[in-house]
This record gives sequence, structure tokens and C-alpha cells, in this order.
Amino acid sequence: MTYSHAKTTDESLPRRKPPKTQGLSLNGFWNDQRFRNFAAQAIVIAVVIGFFVYIIGNAQRALSDQGIKTGFGFLMDSAGFAIGESLIPFSASDSFLRAYGVGILNTLKVSFAAIILASIIGVLLGVARLSRNVMLNRFASTYVEVFRNTPQLLQIVFWYMLAVQLPGPKQAFNFGDIAFLSNRGLALPGPGEGSGFGFAVIGLVLAAVGVVFWRHHLEKRLRQTGNKANGLPVSIAIMVIVPVVIWTVFGSPSQIEVPALRGFNIRGGLQLSPEFLALFLGLSLYIAAFIAEIVRAGIASVNQGQIEAATAMGIKKADVLWRVVLPQAMRVIVPPTTAQYVSLLKNSSLGVMIGYPELFNLNNTILTASGNTVEAIIIMMAIYLSLTTTIAVIMNWYNRSVQLKER
Amino acid sequence: MTSHHLISNAQTGASAARPAPVAAPGLIHWARQNLFDGIYNTIFTVLCCALLIATVPDLFRWAIWDAAWTSTNGADACKATTGACWAVVQEKYRLMLFGTYPYEQHWRGALVVLILGGMSIVSGFRVFWTKWLLIAWGGAWVAIFVLQLGGVFGLVSTPTHLWGGLPLTLLIFFGTVIGGLPVAILLALGRQSNLPIIKALCIGFVEMVRGVPLVTVLFMAALIFPLFVPESMTPDKFVRALIGMLMFFAAYAADIFRGGLQAIPRGQYEAAEALGLPYWQKTTRIILPQTLRIVLPALMNDIIRAFKNTTFIAIIGLFDILGATKSALEDPIWVSYGTEAYLFVIALYFVVCFSMSKYSVSLERDLNKGNVR
Repeated sequence: MTYSHAKTTDESLPRRKPPKTQGLSLNGFWNDQRFRNFAAQAIVIAVVIGFFVYIIGNAQRALSDQGIKTGFGFLMDSAGFAIGESLIPFSASDSFLRAYGVGILNTLKVSFAAIILASIIGVLLGVARLSRNVMLNRFASTYVEVFRNTPQLLQIVFWYMLAVQLPGPKQAFNFGDIAFLSNRGLALPGPGEGSGFGFAVIGLVLAAVGVVFWRHHLEKRLRQTGNKANGLPVSIAIMVIVPVVIWTVFGSPSQIEVPALRGFNIRGGLQLSPEFLALFLGLSLYIAAFIAEIVRAGIASVNQGQIEAATAMGIKKADVLWRVVLPQAMRVIVPPTTAQYVSLLKNSSLGVMIGYPELFNLNNTILTASGNTVEAIIIMMAIYLSLTTTIAVIMNWYNRSVQLKER
Repeated sequence: MTSHHLISNAQTGASAARPAPVAAPGLIHWARQNLFDGIYNTIFTVLCCALLIATVPDLFRWAIWDAAWTSTNGADACKATTGACWAVVQEKYRLMLFGTYPYEQHWRGALVVLILGGMSIVSGFRVFWTKWLLIAWGGAWVAIFVLQLGGVFGLVSTPTHLWGGLPLTLLIFFGTVIGGLPVAILLALGRQSNLPIIKALCIGFVEMVRGVPLVTVLFMAALIFPLFVPESMTPDKFVRALIGMLMFFAAYAADIFRGGLQAIPRGQYEAAEALGLPYWQKTTRIILPQTLRIVLPALMNDIIRAFKNTTFIAIIGLFDILGATKSALEDPIWVSYGTEAYLFVIALYFVVCFSMSKYSVSLERDLNKGNVR
């Protein structure tokens, strides 16, 4: 019944024309979806442009009333202020542009050091969280809960409080006569003033690149021939020999200088200010708690069957970790870790609270000294955006290399 | 047991009944299983014990045994001891908790904190999730603004520039979350929209804000914004700080909502469209309710972060609990006992954030019940 009925309707219906595309007609045009879309966007863009025209007009009026200069020419003027700590020489007669350079380098210095410490502590804690040892496990989870659930700014201020309440240089904590911790900061053995230490650092970076290539080569040979070689001795050799050779080629410019108490202060070596130490600890210990959680979740995400299968195949315990578990865990670990690194770099701006001369802090000084408020802010925003983008790009590139290669 | 035995047992079917495992084998057995299981675990256990022995007694002596809990004559009792000086908290807690709010009016701030805290705890129980809760919150906010602002019912007027301490922290936090969520939803919807200009503006805003530190956003809102608008139209500093916090929170939450929107199956959109629902009905009745469920755990993390981030307003010169503590420590008598004062504030934040994160875990488990087999 239904079948025949359906059939008859099908046949009896005249073939319908395809619907006409409607043209814009003035008649009831506000019901036309395309008109609505167009109007909504036009209104939004008019409001946005109007807002900007309004505030920029206001700003120009306000700035000219206050006799504030505009334009980026101020960058070449001499800054007229000194900076507490700097990786490159800076004096009050140097330009604002150089002051920005100092700010960027200080931001990078503390962020880079903190990223390394945060990664090390984070990985150790993350692994400890997975340990069957109850004590180790509890220790790690207590750390994570305490550091994750308190504000980072408070932690930084707290470390700074501790750092400045340390005893003075004369009663400094003495670590075997080579390192001193006092209220002036931490003094470590390091290169003296004006030494060619930079060359050794460049050598170290070159050596690291060399090791990466060497391991890559070994891996390729392993895939092709199945011959497994222990790459560790050669890697260590590269890491030691290259910097030493470069250092000697440049005439072994300086020996390592050990700090010592001279007069009322500890001088020589590598001096880390209390501001740097507080910011460094505040940034790294906080982010380490988050990295620990990411690492724990990443390793836990690897299917137990993978480990059982690898063990059943008689693969050594260390190889199960390095060749089965970690490559799979990295896929889960890398993307959120990138976000944490970016967050760490951005939060280095909290140095302003304790007076560490990083980019944001110096920008405030520059803005007051030059009077070029708008330009200074544009420059600062542009620098932060490019720094965070750079980290994201590098980490995304690394992420692609650890992701599953599908054929 | 070797494979031989297994096979022979399986073949004959004559496996002997094994004794039942011993339940609750005692502390020593437990320790051997969990602490001294293998050489590495034993080493770790010994190291942990060594660390505890090295720190806990000293910490106990500093924080409790030798500590000066009260100090009558300035900081004399604190100077006399090598322990912690908790007297600084007892001496300064009014200033730390209420900042620049007039001293005689502190009870009003305390009441605001009690209302906000009490209402939050009540809202945590799902049995109360009815329309009456919304009505109660409405009433609570009226009470809070009357108490905090004053000027009516014979209360002394206390404009926003006098606000400080814990009430200020909580008001910034609630304002950020309550105001930020709708903005975040709109930004996320705009990002999914097929209107190119709106989409571009939303993407631009979100990526721009996420690419710079919160401090710079606050700095723009609080100190630079007044340069751009005439004085008569500049909102006060509290509102400006709130706008900055809100925008930053919204940009991050928008990204979470975007993930949630993307997780809704295409069929849900198509079914809603097939029913002839217009855009806003489709969005508010079909899509958003499902999105909210998906994003809740991630959103809770963001809300906890927003609470921790309230401390940032101290940088732009507001007297939130951090700013107020900082100014309380400018007193030359107590200036060297900042560690103790900040530990107190850290403990306060920890209690709130830890409870929130534990609650979010239990909520997640609750909402996920339908998916667990």
C-alpha cells in the first residue's frame, strides 16, 4: 500500500524548478540574511574605527597639551639613567635603543635560566609522582599542590624577602670558599670582567649542535644496519673538546675567577643579584609544578600494553623507557609545555615588583624619562609578541618532529 | 612456577587450591611493599627520610617552638627570639585584610567577605542549583554593593579608591569571572562565525592579548587608558583594573570555549538548523549547554588562575591583599618580618585555591558519571 502510494506521488508530482537565488531587493531587505550579515559587520567595523579615531584624537590633543613629543626619533637620544644589572655595558649617556637591548637581554637571561631549571625539576617531580615509593610520591605531590595553588607574584615577593634578609657579605654563607650567599646575592666562580668567556659559550653551543648531529647519524645507522653503538663517549668528547679548543684558539683569555670577600663586599666571579635570584626561583619553581603534572599525565597516557609488549619482546628496561615510553609520551607532553614556557617568559615581567630590570620594568623607566608614552608601549608590546611567537614557533617545530609519523 | 608445571596442571586439571591472600598484612609488610621494594626505592626512601630529618625539626623550632606569637612592646618579643615572628600578623592583620578601608568600617568589609564566601560554598552543592540560587545571588550582590559603597541607610560613603585588602581581591575576582565569561563566549562564537570581519577582529583580539603579559594589559588599562579619554569620561581605577583583568581572562577563556565548540559534533548544528532554529536559539539552547559541560574542567583551572592573578593589581598601585601587606610592612618596626606576613597571605591563597581545585576534580568526576561504565 504505502509502497504504491509513494510511487504514485512520485510520478504525479511535477518536476520542480531549482530555487531562484534571491537578488537584493529593497522590499523587506532587512530580512535578507546577506544584508543582515553585511550590516552587522559594517556596524562593528564602524564602531571599532570610531573608537580608535576617538581615542587617538584625544591622545594627540592630550599629548600636545602636555608638550609630549611623538615619533620614534627618541630612541637615539641618550637615556640619562643607569641600570642596575646588564649583560652589555650601559651608562647614562647610552641611547634608549640600547636600554631596550639591556631589557630584552635581562628578560631572556632570567627566562632562559628559569626554563632550564623548571624543566629539570618538573621532569624529576613528574617521574617521582609515578613512583611506587609512597614517600617520594607524597613528597612530589605536596610540592606540586603547594606551588600550583599559590600566586606566582606572592612567591616571587616571598623569595625576594628571604634574599634580602640574608646576612651581609661579612657573615655570608660560605660554600667551600668558592661560592657565597649573602644579602647582596649569590657569588659563584665564573669568568672575570672582560674575559673571552663568550667564545667558550659559543663553543658549547656548537658542540651541542654537533652532538645532535652525531646522535642523528647513529640513529640512522641503527635503522639501516641494526648495529647499535654506544654514542655516549663520543658525545662527551665533543662537548668537552670543542669548547676547550675554541677557548685555547682565542688564547685562553681568562682563567675562572673565584669570588672572595674584599673590603665590605664580595667581588669577582659570577655575581647574581638578589632580584635575579628571587625572580629566577619564583619563575622556575612555580612553572616546575605545572610541568610535573604535564610529564606525569604524558607518561601515564602511554598504554600499559605498549610496555608489556616491549618487555615481552625482551627489550631492555632502559630501552623500554627511552625507545617505547618516552617517544610516545613526548607527543602528549610537548604542546602544553610550550604554553608553560611562553607563560614563564611573559611572567618574567613580574620582575617589576622587586626591581629586576627586565623589559617591562625598563620600559616604564624609558617611558617616564623620554615622555614618548605611546611609542614606548608599542615597542614593548611588539617585543613581547615577537618573543612569545618565537618560542611558540621553535616549540611547534620541535613538536612536529616528535609527533607520530603517519604514512 | 615453570611452564612445565602450568602445562601439566592444565592437562590433568589437578591444580591444588592455593591459600587465600592474607588481608591487612601489617605495617612492616606494607613498608616492604611500598618503601623498600628494590634497591632504588630503598635509596629514595632513605634520601627522603634524611631530607625530612634535616628540615622538619628546624622548621618546627622556627615556626612553632621558638616563634613569637604576640609582642606587646613593639617588636621586642620578635627581636628576642630566633624563631618566626607571627606577632606581625597579629599586629597588622586589620591593615592586611582591609587595606585603606576606614578602620571603623572594617565590619562592612568583613561582612562582604562572609557573604561572598558563604554564597560560593552554597553554590558548590549541586542540590542548590535552582533558580532560587540565582535570586539569592542577586540579593547578595545588592547587599554587597550597599555594604561596600555605603552612602545609603546611614552608612558612611566609601568610594572605590578607599577599597582594599581581601574584599577588593574578592570583588576583582568575582567581577573578572562574572564579566569575563560572557565576553569569552562572544569571542569564541565570533571566532567560529562565518562573518569575516567579526572573525578577524575576534582572532586579532584573542591572540594579541594572549601574546603579551597580564602586567602590560593592566598597565594599559590602568595608567595609559586615561591618557586617551577626556578626564570626565575616565572610569575610576578600580573599574579600569577590573576591565584589564576581565579582558585578559576573557581572551584565555575564549580559547577554552573555542575548543569546546569544536568538540560538538557537526550533526548537532545541522539538526538545529534543520529544525529551523535561528542563530541565537541554536546557540543558546543546543550548542552552549553541551559546550559548557565539555569545557568545565579547563575553565575551573582558568578561574583558579584568575584568583591567583588578582595579586597583579598590586603592581598598578591598588591595595589588594598583596598591596595592603606591602604597605603594612612599610612600618619601620615590622619591616624586617615580611617573610612571616607573606607566608600568612600565601597560606590564605593556598586554602582557597586548593579547595577550588579539589572541588573542580570532584565536579568533573560527577559530570563524567554518564560516560563511565
